[in-house]
Amino acid sequence: MSSTPRVRALTAALLKRSGLWRDADARARRYARGRTDDAADALRLADDYRLLAHDLARARSLIPGTRTREFLEDAYGHAHATLHQGAWRMGSTLQRLLREQIPESVRWLKPYILWTSVIFVLSVCAGFALVHRFPELIALFASPDLIQSVEQGKLWTDGLLNVVPSSVLSAQILANNISVTLVAYCAGILFGLGTVYIVGLNGLMLGAIFAFTGQHRLAGGLFNFVVAHGCVELSVMCLSGAAGAALGEALIRPGPDGRIESFRAAALRTGPVLIACALLLVGAGLLEGFVSPDPRFSLFTRVVLGVGYWLVMLALLSGRLFRARASLAGAG
Amino acid sequence: MNEVAPGHVIDSATGIDVSLPLAGPGARSYAFIADWHIRIVLALAWYVVGALLYNGRPSLSPPLTNVPQWFGLIVAPALGIYFLYHYVVELAMRGSTPGKRMAGVRIVARDGSGPSAGALLLRNVFRVVDSLPLFYGVGLVTVVVTRDNVRLGDMAAGTLLVYERGRAGVPLASDHPGALDAPGTEILAELLERWPVLGAEARVHLARQFWLRYCGDTATLGDDDAEWHERLQQLVQGSA
Repeated sequence: MSSTPRVRALTAALLKRSGLWRDADARARRYARGRTDDAADALRLADDYRLLAHDLARARSLIPGTRTREFLEDAYGHAHATLHQGAWRMGSTLQRLLREQIPESVRWLKPYILWTSVIFVLSVCAGFALVHRFPELIALFASPDLIQSVEQGKLWTDGLLNVVPSSVLSAQILANNISVTLVAYCAGILFGLGTVYIVGLNGLMLGAIFAFTGQHRLAGGLFNFVVAHGCVELSVMCLSGAAGAALGEALIRPGPDGRIESFRAAALRTGPVLIACALLLVGAGLLEGFVSPDPRFSLFTRVVLGVGYWLVMLALLSGRLFRARASLAGAG
Repeated sequence: MNEVAPGHVIDSATGIDVSLPLAGPGARSYAFIADWHIRIVLALAWYVVGALLYNGRPSLSPPLTNVPQWFGLIVAPALGIYFLYHYVVELAMRGSTPGKRMAGVRIVARDGSGPSAGALLLRNVFRVVDSLPLFYGVGLVTVVVTRDNVRLGDMAAGTLLVYERGRAGVPLASDHPGALDAPGTEILAELLERWPVLGAEARVHLARQFWLRYCGDTATLGDDDAEWHERLQQLVQGSA
């Protein structure tokens, strides 16, 4: 070996501290995995961090291509991660999400929600007008089975429960709705065009099918089927579309930090809304599986359920749903 | 020379940069395939055990009519295990999964800290796009072309996949600065680590070569591997 006696002596002195590194690394890993909450140990983490930084700097200089340096890099990285890790409490994380992050995210998305809703409503009107004026165009929006069923004077939703049980239907609808919501959101990555396409297409389909069923005097029946779950389901479509549009705009008009950083910031700001959408779709799926196809529920009950659930959605999105409970608990 | 290892470099309060070695497409694929096998086995196991218990006989067939219990107790949980595996396991294991552990990688935030719950959920939401059109095509392409080897989900969530390095690689301290330098200490540590899995002849051969290089003549020393082990241990403890 060609190292000078000084370097060899320094290296040997450094290597003598390997026991301290092992202890420091073990402590950091214990904390990272939540396996200890010893206060004295926690205080030692900061000392460990400084010790590892000091010795790593020496190892980078004295023994750069060795396993010792690799070990120190890893131990230092772990200590850094452990020291900078925020508290990991699912309860408080969930509370913060429901009370602060979702309402904040919705407030930020307000202009996008407005414009996505306008696009959706215009698409519904366009789909309605198109099929009302040119009935043969329904073939573009609906399956042959659906068209045949309506032409025979029967809604495809009639007797749905004879084919599939409510629980199965709910789960199928829920899975489908969540995947549509996620796709509408993620499609924003195509500079917002994918989101506009999905929101527009869903609006066109809804309008077209209402026009088509109206021509066969079945629009009332379809409204009867849709009203309980549709209020929230369609709102969620607009919400996820708005979040996707925000992603798109972040890519089209990035800030001074660049396109990727802008995309990341938009994704993190819109993430809570997506979680709210998934939660709301669980309720909508249950309504669509258990209430909508069941003829025992009157139109009045359906409207009350649909509008009531929509109001719950507004309370959740504005933060009032959980804030009110917290203040009541505080008063008690 | 005070070079930082290649990878993602983060400033730290101590003034010494933290260097995180980034995992590439190979490690990512390995972790994903391992996790995929785990979740498919778990989902199938749930289905098989549930079906056997439900049917009360050795049959996996679903009932002929639509029975909500069959769907709710057997099919839906199995699908839940398969589709929610990454969401749930990454949250529970704070940015790791069994597959990632096997591949020696973990998820971290871009500042080197552990990822938040929101970031973990978001990076999994984007699997919808990353998995397109087939076999994570979009994800693999973005991993290959991006500087930090990240897929779209990582870009959105501000996370990175990094290697766990050298956990077994800590050298043993030597009190003999004159006898062993740093590489010598490491070679000795590695030799002793591998000692139990080596054959007797290989043990003696490697120990003799090591001794010749760092300690001197071996002509007078015998061929008993237990003696060699003792000798090397003494060298580690500084009493040789």
